[in-house]
Parts: sequence; structure tokens; C-alpha cells
Amino acid sequence: MRTKQIDYRKEKRKSVAAWTLATILALIWLVLTLTPFAFMVLNSFRKQFDMLQQGVFHLPDPWYFGNYTEVVTHGFFGYFFRSVILVAVSLVLMLIISAFAAYPLSRMKFRSRGLIYAGIVAMMSVPMHVTLIPIFKMTTNMGLYDKLASLIGPYVAFALPMSVFILTAFMKTIPREIEESAEIDGCGRFKNFFSIILPLSKSGLSTLAIYNGVAMWNEFAFANTLLQSPAKKTLPLALGQFKGEHALDIPIILAVLTLSVLPVIILFIIFQDKLVKGMMAGAVKG
Amino acid sequence: MTQKTIKNSSLAKVRSKRIGIAAAVFLLPALALIAVYFIYPIIDTFVISAYKWNGISADRTFIGIENWVTLFHDKLFWEAFGHNIIIMVFSIVLQIPIGMLLATFLDAGGKKFNFFKVVWFLPYLMSSVAIAFLFTYALATNGGIFSSLATLFAGKRVTVDLLGRSPQALFAVIGVMAWQYTPFYMVYFIAGYGNIDTSLYEAAIIDGATRGQYVRQIAIPMLGPIFKTACTMSLIGSLKYFDLIWNMTQGGPVNSTELMATYMYKLSFQQFNMGYGSCVAAAMFILITVIALLFQKVFVVKEDY
Repeated sequence: MRTKQIDYRKEKRKSVAAWTLATILALIWLVLTLTPFAFMVLNSFRKQFDMLQQGVFHLPDPWYFGNYTEVVTHGFFGYFFRSVILVAVSLVLMLIISAFAAYPLSRMKFRSRGLIYAGIVAMMSVPMHVTLIPIFKMTTNMGLYDKLASLIGPYVAFALPMSVFILTAFMKTIPREIEESAEIDGCGRFKNFFSIILPLSKSGLSTLAIYNGVAMWNEFAFANTLLQSPAKKTLPLALGQFKGEHALDIPIILAVLTLSVLPVIILFIIFQDKLVKGMMAGAVKG
Repeated sequence: MTQKTIKNSSLAKVRSKRIGIAAAVFLLPALALIAVYFIYPIIDTFVISAYKWNGISADRTFIGIENWVTLFHDKLFWEAFGHNIIIMVFSIVLQIPIGMLLATFLDAGGKKFNFFKVVWFLPYLMSSVAIAFLFTYALATNGGIFSSLATLFAGKRVTVDLLGRSPQALFAVIGVMAWQYTPFYMVYFIAGYGNIDTSLYEAAIIDGATRGQYVRQIAIPMLGPIFKTACTMSLIGSLKYFDLIWNMTQGGPVNSTELMATYMYKLSFQQFNMGYGSCVAAAMFILITVIALLFQKVFVVKEDY
């Protein structure tokens, strides 16, 4: 009895020590994560030459909002809404098409199913650069060069392999009986898909929407290659545009950076509970 | 009896044919997009790599394997490949273990650590372009984070030049990548922990195991396959890296952060040497595929012993 108690105390002390150490490390990573953000936000409220004079981690004195008004009145919203439209259209198309593909791959038996699945998933490792010149060529030939619509195809296509992979795994977890009973009730396959499988895949779809939405919102290489004129550019390209126009005014560029990431952070905080659930289907095996 | 089997098998045939048609309809849009945006471009890149072409004019000259011969002796390309390999090694060594530690912490803490999870994830939400610009200033000699901190501790003006010199620049970039991508692996491992049956934890605790013992002896071994997938993703990602470096250093100073992708982009869209650019892209594709396959092979062998 006594020895047991001692053991218990020892364990308790050990676990307290472990928790203390873990918490310290966690706080260190928290500081590492937040410092660049603090640097960005604090300095975006300074006048151009105050940054060096005041020291980068001092509170701005006075808080200067001119950078933000300057950015907002110089076309920020144009870039912003172009990006919103592009991401919305691409994301919806991508989710529908990948759910379409994942349905037979997860729930129907047909020849060459394994081959098709492996083929789609293998595309995950294809670097976009190996497709860049031909897609540039194709876009020019179709007369889509320097048009926002030219990006929809690449955005949808390059998000497909990962999404099909995760959705296929996800749909496999939906019990087969649900569908079978519906089939007996006279449900066709398409009706089955829309009325049963799609609603039940909601948490998988929302996770994919978060990851791919972020990726599309931030995409740079395709946009930089297929768009040219300032009036057509998306938000990530606009950052370079602003940087070119205000080369020496660091605070104003930090203000643009802050504005570009702010909507994503707000949406993320609202939907953060969806972050992990759908991912679990993809975290089973490779 | 025989009649019945015949009838059954023909029914089965009709049924399987119907399934085949339905499957084809569902798969068609995805397969069409993959054909247009993956298969055709990959083939075309290999074709263009046999030409001398500026990407604009209609005529291009067929030069056979000349580009490939040049590539083989191209010091810059192999240097860039070396940088990719260094980045790959450090990405796997830094991002995955840290991501896993963070996930372990969050899994042990449960809901009350949500604040940590949300904040830790923030870097992943920022675009590589924004991160590149932010860190250009944050790592600058003048008014950068490190320079300011060094000045503060030294009590006199100190400049820390991280992006302007040769070996430091690559490691500064590796640090920024770790800042950006660790959150992704963190979520991946949280998902992995979530997949472990809770009854295993309960059973372990009833048997008198501590939380630490559970993590070390049950949870982490069960995360094995996820570990492998995470490594594969990190490996592929580091070999095709582009956005951050392009916007932060453009491969400089003096090519010290040049990568295969930035080299390809410079050749194709700044120097308009698309024939050779395609050759570099094709080589990049081959190298990534080979390395990814080798990695898979090695890991399978290791798991089997």
C-alpha cells in the first residue's frame, strides 16, 4: 500500500514536470509564430520613416492609419473581389467534380477502378512547372491569356488529385446499408448521390474547402504566368504590384499584407472546427 | 438449375455494364480535366524539350537531345537540385517532428488548448508571396527582427545579414518554410491522433499506463503510416518549391538559393528560352518521380524487418 502511494506521487511529479516542459515549449512556438505577425501589424500603423526611428517593436506613436486609406483607395478592392470570384467559382466546381469522381471510386465495383484511382492520386506528385509552358501555350491559343477565367481550369485540376484521394477515403466510411435501402426504395444512382452521399460527405467537403480555398486564394505561379495587366491581377499578384509602386515605403506594404491575410484569418476562426474532421479520412494511409 | 445460373450471369452482366456506365459518367469531368491539365502538358513539355524555341514565334527548330546534353553539363541546374535536396532534408527534419510534437500537445490537452491550435495554424493561411515580402523586411539588416533584437541585447547597433550572404540565405529560407508549413503537418498529425480508437487509450489507462506511456508506446507506433505519408508530401513539396523563393530572393544572392523551379521559370519566362526551360521542367519531373518512388521503396523495406 505504501509503496504504491510513493509510486503514484513520483508519477504525479513526473507528469507535472512533463507538462511544465511541454507548456514552455508550446509558449516558445507561440512566440515564434506570432512575432512576424506582430512585426507586420505594428509597423503597418507607422509613417514611412518612423519604423527605424521608433524601433520595430514599439507601439506606433501616433497610430497612423494613412497606409490603410492609401491602400484601400488605390484599387485594393478590385483585386480583392477578383480573387473572391475566382476562388468561389473554382472551389465550387472543384468540390462537385471531385465528389463526382470519388463516388464511383469508393462505392462501385467496376473494372480498372484501381488503375483509375492510382492514376488520379499519382498526379499529386506532379510539379506544376512541368505543365506550365504547355498550359501557357494552350491558354494563349484559346484566347484566354490575361483573362481571369484562364485560371479556373488549372486551379480546379490541380486541386483534384488530393481532393479525390481524401473524399474517396471519406466516402468509404459511409455505411453501405444506407444506400442499399434507398436503392430498394427505388432510388437511382444519381439521386442516391445527391440526396444521400453528398450530404453525408459534408464534413469532408468543408475541410477540403478550407485547404483548397486557402491554396487558391494564395496561388501565385499560374496567376503570374497567365495574367499580365494590372487591371486583371489577383490579390497575391497585387502585393507585388504595390511593392513595385512603393518600393521604399515598407509600412504601406505591410498594410497591404495585413489586409490580404485578414479575411482568411476571420473565415478560419469562424470555421476552425472543420479543420481536422475531414482530414482524418486522409490521415489513414498513403 | 442451369437455366437459372445462365439467367443470373446475364443479369449480372447487365448489372455490371450499367455500373460501368454510371461510373464513367461520374468520372468523366475529373478524367477530362486531368487529361487536359496533366497528361497532355506533361507529354508536350517533353516534346518541346527537343526544340529550340522562344515561346512566342511560330517556328521552332528541332534539335533532338541537344537540350538534354546541355542540361547534363549545366552546373547551375545541378547546384539548384542540390539546394532542393538540402531543403528537402531540413523540411523533413524540422517540420514533421515539430508538427508532431505540437499535435501531441494538443491531443493531450483537448479542447482547452484550442487557442494554441488556432494561433499555431495562422502562418499556413498566409500566401507565400505575403510571407516572402514580410520576411524580406523581417530579416533585413535595417529594422529587421533579428537586427533589432541583436541591437537591443548588445546595447549598440548590430546588423544581422541573413538574406544577403551565401550560406545563411538558404538556411534563412529553410527557417521561413518551417514557419509556414509546420502547421499543416500539425493538423495532419492531429487528424492521425483522432483516428486512434479511444478505447485503446481507456484500456491503457485502466492497465495503469500514464499518458506519456500511452503516447510513446501506443499512439506514436500507430501513427507510423501517417508519418510515412507526411514525409512523402514534404519530400515532394520541397522538390517543387517555388513561390516563396521567387518572391523573396529570386534565387540570389549569386544563385545561392536557386531551385530547379526558379531556374526553370527564369529560363522560360524571363529569358524566353522555352525549349531549354521545358527540358529543365521535364528533368525536374523525372527527378521528383524517381526520388518519391525510391523513398517509398526504402520505407517499405524498413517497415518489414
